[in-house]
Amino acid sequence: MSYLLEVRSVSKRFPGVLALENISLTLARGEVLAVVGENGAGKSTLMKILAGVQEPDAGEILIDDRVVEISSVRVAQRLGIALIHQELNLADNLSVAANIFLGREPRSGWFIRTGETETSSTSVLRQVGLDVSPRALVGTLSLGKQQLVEIAKALSAQARVIIMDEPTSALSQHESEALFRVIRDLRQRGVSVIYISHRLREVKEIADRVVVLRDGRNAGELSRDEITHDNLVRLMVGRNFEIRRARVSTGDQTRATALEVRSLRTATHPHHELNFSLRPGEIVGVAGLVGAGRTEMLEVLFGIEHALGGEILMDGVAQNIESPRDAIRAGMALVPEDRKQQGVILEMAVSENLSLASLRREASAAFINHRGERSMADEMVAKLGIKTPNLRQFVQYLSGGNQQKVVIGKWLALRPRVLLLDEPTRGIDVGAKQEICKLMEQLAAEGVAILFVSSEMEEILRMSDRALVMHEGRISGELKREELSEDAVMGFATGARRT
Amino acid sequence: MKKLLGITGLLAFVCIATAIKEPNFLNAYNLQNTIRWTALFSLIAIGVSFVIITGGIDLSIGSTIGLVGSLLAYLLTIKGWSIGAALLAVMLVSLGIGFAHGLLVTKMRLQPFVVTLCGLLIYRGVARYITNDQSQGFGNSFEELRWLATGQASIPFTGGLGAGGRFGLPFPFIVMLIVGILGAIFLNRTIYGRYLLALGRNETAARYSGINTDAMKMIAYVICSGLAGVAGILFSLNLNSVQPSGLGEFYELYAIAGAVLGGCSLRGGEGSILGVIIGTAVMRVLYNSINILRIPTHWEFAIIGGVILSGVIVDELVKRVAAKRRAAR
Repeated sequence: MSYLLEVRSVSKRFPGVLALENISLTLARGEVLAVVGENGAGKSTLMKILAGVQEPDAGEILIDDRVVEISSVRVAQRLGIALIHQELNLADNLSVAANIFLGREPRSGWFIRTGETETSSTSVLRQVGLDVSPRALVGTLSLGKQQLVEIAKALSAQARVIIMDEPTSALSQHESEALFRVIRDLRQRGVSVIYISHRLREVKEIADRVVVLRDGRNAGELSRDEITHDNLVRLMVGRNFEIRRARVSTGDQTRATALEVRSLRTATHPHHELNFSLRPGEIVGVAGLVGAGRTEMLEVLFGIEHALGGEILMDGVAQNIESPRDAIRAGMALVPEDRKQQGVILEMAVSENLSLASLRREASAAFINHRGERSMADEMVAKLGIKTPNLRQFVQYLSGGNQQKVVIGKWLALRPRVLLLDEPTRGIDVGAKQEICKLMEQLAAEGVAILFVSSEMEEILRMSDRALVMHEGRISGELKREELSEDAVMGFATGARRT
Repeated sequence: MKKLLGITGLLAFVCIATAIKEPNFLNAYNLQNTIRWTALFSLIAIGVSFVIITGGIDLSIGSTIGLVGSLLAYLLTIKGWSIGAALLAVMLVSLGIGFAHGLLVTKMRLQPFVVTLCGLLIYRGVARYITNDQSQGFGNSFEELRWLATGQASIPFTGGLGAGGRFGLPFPFIVMLIVGILGAIFLNRTIYGRYLLALGRNETAARYSGINTDAMKMIAYVICSGLAGVAGILFSLNLNSVQPSGLGEFYELYAIAGAVLGGCSLRGGEGSILGVIIGTAVMRVLYNSINILRIPTHWEFAIIGGVILSGVIVDELVKRVAAKRRAAR
């Protein structure tokens, strides 16, 4: 049988990480193929290779049984492959039609034939069931509609394979359903879709077949009728699933709460009040869908955004937190969501990153204690197992997991009593992920109260002594360790259940 | 230190080439003059490098110099203020200017380019208004004060040095040394210098690490305008006659060019004080060479611009080679 697209033994290495190792997959005409795997499993790298963003180190790719060299995005487009990024690649300031024809505008001499772009845009927009004017500015559309504009753009470029990378991560339930209708319609017309997701529910609903990746390798394949939740999880996490928390704690009940939040209101959800507390030594997970207000809550706690009202108490004492400095002084630390933008300074040395937060405390009369800085950095590199050739290496040359360890190390030097982590294992490989989970446990055992936000169900289920579930700015549920299950968390996260 | 090799080599090359073609380059008067001007321009280049390190820019330096210089002469000669009061007043004006820039950039979130471009226009206008656009001068009085700019300290144990007379270090050079040393200590040895470098690279991450980034940026703008004020005092004393419409014109561009030649990246987060001084020296020596070698002065800007551009291009190429080597490893 001949396939539309075939990937044979593709490998790709990045500094310090083997991102893909001997990956193979096939795609038939009009097939919806789901590619699933945990973060860092290699899904995005594979898709970037197919879309011509990166080139493989080894292996070959065939289209219509002919070996092709996808050396650039332009070549991929000519071959009929379109990649729709997780963060959409649309120009907000241009119209829908201008975006659809960006880079391949029909022209008369130097002039764009605007009328023609608008008429043909209308027809592809109709194909994806989107009823907006081709003259509307993309920035004025909702994310769901922008996603459909991307698909229309792909169709207009005669794409035969459309790759969608986590397309529903920012969509509402309603918008996701609209997207699924469009995908089914594409299948009818012989367009193939590669659908990347780690939302198992969606995969079950939309996919004809599933390819599972784990640690950059093929972990298995499931046909339509084999797609069950258990099968997927078994293939995705493999043996790692066996690893359980070494100890479970309800925190130190004898001592006061390490952190208590009373009637806290954030600017993004001003009508909801947040109430919860954390005991020393307790690990509390915060689950919820994207946009539920989890990151906003951490940012208010850490003084990055201002609270509209409410109280934050540490060890029973009310704190006035108006800046990260105040939060740090009160004994908090935040490992932020966007590691490269908020966590590390990429073009600075490992030692300088590690000392950034504690520099002031260690300084004598504003003068940097260089020797202390070096020995502290040495200690953190050893303690956290940060893989770096030396302390002067720029953080940008470290792998994601090691960068994250640098962010954590920066805070450990200050001995925080409350550690806030936002998606601490996002985009890092499985090994580093486990090390970070182990580190969280170790810190909790030392009495640090830990509040972590995660979008990965496995992590919430595995790491939490207790979990808070957020939905549209509220804490919709609180689950004790013994009550934790995927169904319980999803029930609260989608708003189906509330306490 | 390795980064400074290129620019130091360029300085040495220009000096030696000029000296070979025209030995008068090395006479005491010419050397002193070149050193004096290098020192004066270094002050503003050091100042602007702090702002550039934060990722900002200051285009108003020349106008600040014009305002401070005109105001100083005006207060001393026409208003009859005492020397101390006049110096204090002009320094407060320049520090106030920096403070205002900092506030507008951090609290109002305006772009540094726009804020200081408006400053460039405003301070020049104010200088011309206050003095009624009349040239101001110190005349023959204020000899002691003018010594700050024109005087020189003899170097111990050297006796007479240089072709044709006693050689002494121009006083502005000593001011530059003090400012340069303090600046280098601030930048490399204190936590605030580290904070400036960090926020220049990634302001968000610096803020998330508990650094008061707004306060640090304010400090950078105050340092920059404050040093422009000091330079304004010395420039006017050195020239003796001050044109409110002309003093300091284009100087901000020399300062920025010196900083960039000396290794500051306009993207922020990078810079060394010694580099900035050497970068400024390259420009002043080039200027001097053009004059002393009797190259038509019309060429001045073109030559200086060309040299800076080539310097920056070579620097970028070297960086790329280094990056490739690192990647290949």
